[in-house]
Amino acid sequence: MRLLYFAWVRERLGKSEEQIEPPANIGTVGELMAWLAKRDEQYAHAFENAKVIRAAIDHRHVRPDAPIAGAGEIAFFPPMTGG
Amino acid sequence: MTTTIRLQREPFDVAAEVERMTHGRTDIGAVVTFTGLCRADENGKQIAALTLEHYPGMAEAEIGRHVEEACARWRLLGVTVIHRHGRLEPGDVIVLVATASSHREAAFAAASFLMDYLKTRAPFWKQVESVGDKACEEKTWVEAKASDDSAADRWSMPPPRHEAAK
Repeated sequence: MRLLYFAWVRERLGKSEEQIEPPANIGTVGELMAWLAKRDEQYAHAFENAKVIRAAIDHRHVRPDAPIAGAGEIAFFPPMTGG
Repeated sequence: MTTTIRLQREPFDVAAEVERMTHGRTDIGAVVTFTGLCRADENGKQIAALTLEHYPGMAEAEIGRHVEEACARWRLLGVTVIHRHGRLEPGDVIVLVATASSHREAAFAAASFLMDYLKTRAPFWKQVESVGDKACEEKTWVEAKASDDSAADRWSMPPPRHEAAK
């Protein structure tokens, strides 16, 4: 699945997107974030405050308990400041 | 019902967009126009520029959902939402929300609703270039405000949906 990163999440990771295949036991967005945070120090820094990070699956806002099965695109980003 | 939703880098003409929404209509009795502008200060710092990052695809989809929700809650005859992205300078118009209805209550309420949702749910992120003491520029991300979340929350209990137009 395709992961997208925006704003300071993107800056901390040094990339705006990547293709990833998480292990089969990762079922939800929250579990995916926790798994990403363990990858290396950059990911740990980006996801250190998981409560602040928001997520969207296929262009729709989702909560941490949302299932990732079948997702084409998952985005992670800080709270929004548009308008 | 005329709906316009656009994201763009370029500046736009507010009056021309409102005219486009209302041109030739004799059923519209009320038009509410909100424009959001880039100020020269953010949190006490002087701003040289504001850069808006956005999530292409999701921004349009999310704004489209907000507009659909507004049309379900209020009897609207036109809605225009235009949101810029990229680098903006103080004085530039960032966003336009214009609503049209036969009487003013729907137009006012829908414009306020759309702005509250744009502030909290539309995937844009602002980064500020401030001018420091030694003329060195630093960029900082603007933080989301709790007051914006509270404003959006007040719309959570929708009023009874209006009857279908006869």
